[in-house]
Amino acid sequence: MAKQYETVIGLEVHVELATRTKIFCGCSTAFGGEPNTHTCPVCTGMPGSLPVLNKQVLEYAVAVGLATGCTITRNCKFDRKNYFYPDNPQNYQISQLYLPICRDGKVEIETEAGRKFVGIHEIHMEEDAGKLIHDEWEDCSLVDYNRSGVPLIEIVSEPDMRNSQEVIAYLEKLRMTIQYLGASDCKLQEGSMRADVNLSVREVGAEEFGTRTEMKNLNSFKAIARAIEGERERQIDLLESGEKVVQETRRWDDNLGESYAMRSKEDAQDYRYFPDPDLVPVVLDDDFLAQIRAKQPEFREEKMLRYKQEFEIPDYDIDIITGSKHMADLFEATVVLGSQPKKVSNWLMGETLRLLKEKDMDPEDICFSPENLAKLIALTDGKVINNSVAKEVFELMFEKDMDPEKYVDEKGLKTVNDEGALRKTVEEVIAANPQSVADYRNGKEKAIGFLVGQTMKAMKGKADPGMVNQVLREFL
Amino acid sequence: MANIISDETIEYVGILAKLELSPEEKEQAKKDMGSMLDYIDKLGELDTGGVEPMSHVFPVKNVFREDIVTNGDMREEILKNAPEEKDGMFVVPRTFE
Repeated sequence: MAKQYETVIGLEVHVELATRTKIFCGCSTAFGGEPNTHTCPVCTGMPGSLPVLNKQVLEYAVAVGLATGCTITRNCKFDRKNYFYPDNPQNYQISQLYLPICRDGKVEIETEAGRKFVGIHEIHMEEDAGKLIHDEWEDCSLVDYNRSGVPLIEIVSEPDMRNSQEVIAYLEKLRMTIQYLGASDCKLQEGSMRADVNLSVREVGAEEFGTRTEMKNLNSFKAIARAIEGERERQIDLLESGEKVVQETRRWDDNLGESYAMRSKEDAQDYRYFPDPDLVPVVLDDDFLAQIRAKQPEFREEKMLRYKQEFEIPDYDIDIITGSKHMADLFEATVVLGSQPKKVSNWLMGETLRLLKEKDMDPEDICFSPENLAKLIALTDGKVINNSVAKEVFELMFEKDMDPEKYVDEKGLKTVNDEGALRKTVEEVIAANPQSVADYRNGKEKAIGFLVGQTMKAMKGKADPGMVNQVLREFL
Repeated sequence: MANIISDETIEYVGILAKLELSPEEKEQAKKDMGSMLDYIDKLGELDTGGVEPMSHVFPVKNVFREDIVTNGDMREEILKNAPEEKDGMFVVPRTFE
């Protein structure tokens, strides 16, 4: 019988923090600036420049640590990790090796197989590197240091995961926690969250871990799942054919569906860490921790429980709404403004999700305000506009947040509540469509739908369909 | 000299430091490194049991900046440090990931 193998996975997750400035200098972290326009002597590693820690970085790192059950290191410091690579102008990266800011945490994940804890070994603060662009025309590379010095936290898990479902549940959990804290938008595609997968296999029942490899360049949950399956197979094949797994860093090519060993940055992975003498130690007292603790938000699980108790909306809606901090905030703010929860939820579940999908957008990018959504709901509640007009107005609101009341006024989209005008139109429609009238009178219930449609058309869509129906039946 | 630096070690340190040393320089560097390590060994004779490791000599802690953008666009100044530039970027030898 073939041997049974178990996969052992640990993750190193880098998260770009949502600060306005870099970790050690006052340069902007804004994405998309012209190359090297967000640089200074500090983040380009000029001799004599002095890095100073951004307080917000420390606060975010501690907040993430507290939310993941970590012990916060009261006495921490920064170290230099030395290596030569053109994206790293100092020839060292400022990171934390000896005294990382957080240690020994855990998060609970849920998969089809049930609930389990994944341990967090440590979280440390560090700086990002610049970006290398390869010149296709000339035999050289170009460096943009706008990203150099952008703050990162690296979250190192314990090797507690056993399959891709657990890995994805763990990443989702981290993403939700960090998004709720406002510490990062955690977008894998855009690189604000990056996951490196450390994977080894061993025979079921073995005590020792096998030799692991590290997989990089995983830009989506799908790529992560595929890379895990691929690497598991590759390692088992090696072992089955009597070969050994080599400890190395591999790069995943999601188009090819395979990985290859990366040419190492230097043959020797010897970083010669030592304390950074430019940065003084960080000593955290009880007051500081209490302040961060007091600012912790209501996290997703607590929110879901509260929604179940407070609002009469389906569990499915709760799951989707709380799956994005921005959507949950929007939902709650609209309800506070007086809209009925179910109606708010319907707009989010229906039109909003449809448009997000159509435009390939994230819920975090929704731009309309709770005020305007509440106004739109009030307009439909008061039958000032009908549903099809409301959908049209909503689409414009979704594009560019605008006041639906004003818009409906300006464009004259209000439902005509003039019963006289409606009766007159209905009479005309009946006169113009004798066949449908006859059909209806002969018991063809469907024929009335056509007549409602004709009346709505004659009134340029501004009638209340319920009322049209009622008046038509009266006449017939 | 108590510490003898091998040829392999000096070769390895040279690679890490990106230094190309001539045979004479290597010999000199081996001697220098050996005497530095001897000096460190001397410090090792002290009894440091119960002494907290120290990473900084100044009694200063918690120096922070607020998260406010204070730097404007200084690309022109920064690029003056580039031996060669193109399209607002530093030109470096072709580098693969």
